[in-house]
Amino acid sequence: MEMRLYLLQRISAIVMAPLVLGHIAVMIYAVQDGLTAEEILGRTQGSILWALFYGTFVVAVAVHAAIGLRTILHEWFGVGGVALNGFAGATCFGLLAMGLNAVAAVTVTP
Amino acid sequence: MSAPDSMQVSVWRGGPDGGRFQSFDVPRYESQTVLDVVAWIQQEADPTLSYRFACRVGMCGSCAMMVNGVPRWTCRTHVQKVLDADRIEIAPLRNLPIIKDLAANMDPFFEKWVQAGGVFEGTETRADSYAPIVHEDADRANADAGIECINCSVCYAACDTVAGNPEFLGPAALNRAWTLVNDAKDASRDRVLDAVSGKGGCHACHSMGNCQQYCPNGLNPLTAIAGLKRATARRALRGR
Repeated sequence: MEMRLYLLQRISAIVMAPLVLGHIAVMIYAVQDGLTAEEILGRTQGSILWALFYGTFVVAVAVHAAIGLRTILHEWFGVGGVALNGFAGATCFGLLAMGLNAVAAVTVTP
Repeated sequence: MSAPDSMQVSVWRGGPDGGRFQSFDVPRYESQTVLDVVAWIQQEADPTLSYRFACRVGMCGSCAMMVNGVPRWTCRTHVQKVLDADRIEIAPLRNLPIIKDLAANMDPFFEKWVQAGGVFEGTETRADSYAPIVHEDADRANADAGIECINCSVCYAACDTVAGNPEFLGPAALNRAWTLVNDAKDASRDRVLDAVSGKGGCHACHSMGNCQQYCPNGLNPLTAIAGLKRATARRALRGR
C-alpha cells in the first residue's frame, strides 16, 4: 500500500503542476478588465472545458492532500491502522465533495 | 594564545528509564579526540562510566555518540573542532534505546538492515569461477558509492524521519539495499526491492538529507534512497 500511496501522491502532483500554472495564467488574464462575478461566470458557466479543468484539479488535490495529511498524522501523532486510513479516506472524500460542489456551482448553467 | 588547561564536559549518565547530565573537568592536550575525553573520564574520574569503542581509527563504527547535539564518530572528532566556549556535551546516539550512559543499543539499527533485505545472496556457487567486476558499469558505480559504510549509525541518529516514524528502515539499511540492487553478483534484486517497498520503506523518506550531511565517511544515503524510489516506482508502473 505504501508503494501505491507514494505513486498516487507523485502522479497527483504531476497533474496539479500544469493546472496551477493554467489557473494563475487565467487569473492574471481575467483581472485585466476588472474582476466581476458576471465576467467569471460568463466564462465558466456551461463550459465543459472549465468543468474538466477544475474537476481534474479537485480530484488531484483530494488525493494528494489526503496522503500527505495521513503521513503527518502518523509521524507527528503516532496514529495508525484503521483510524489513520479512515482519516485519510474521510479527508479525500471531504475535499472531493466540497471541491466538486464548488466546480459545479461555477460551471453548471442555472 | 595558548589553549586553556581544561574543559567542562557534560556527560549523559543513566539507563533506559532516564538519567541526567554529569559534569567533569577534563584536562586538554594537543590532538585530543572526543573519544580520548570519554576514556579519560572513565579511567581517571569515574570508572563506572559506560561507553563503546573498538578500533579508535574510524573503521569499526562502534564509538558514535551525540556531541553537542550532533552525531559524530568520536574517535575521529577532534576536541578543538567541537569545543563550544570550553564546553562539550556528550550523549548516547539519538533514535536508539539506551543501555547505559553513552552506550546505545544498536539492535534496532541492525535488525532493520536485515528487514531491508541486506543479506547478500550470491549467483554463483563455490565451484564457479570468480564473477568479473567491471567498475566502469553504471550499476557498479552506484554500488561502489555506498559500500564503504561502517555501520556507525550516525546517519540513523541524524535522521528526523526515524525520529518521527520508528518503523522507517533508516538511511544505512536503505543504502545497503541500494548497493545490493546494483550488485551484479547478488541474486536478490526483486527480494530487496520488495523489502524496501513496505511500511517504513524507502518511500517514507522525506529527503531532508541529514544522513548525507553527517555521514563521517562522506557517503550519500539520500541518493541511494532516491535510487530505490525510482527502481521500485518503475517496477510498480510495470505492474509488479
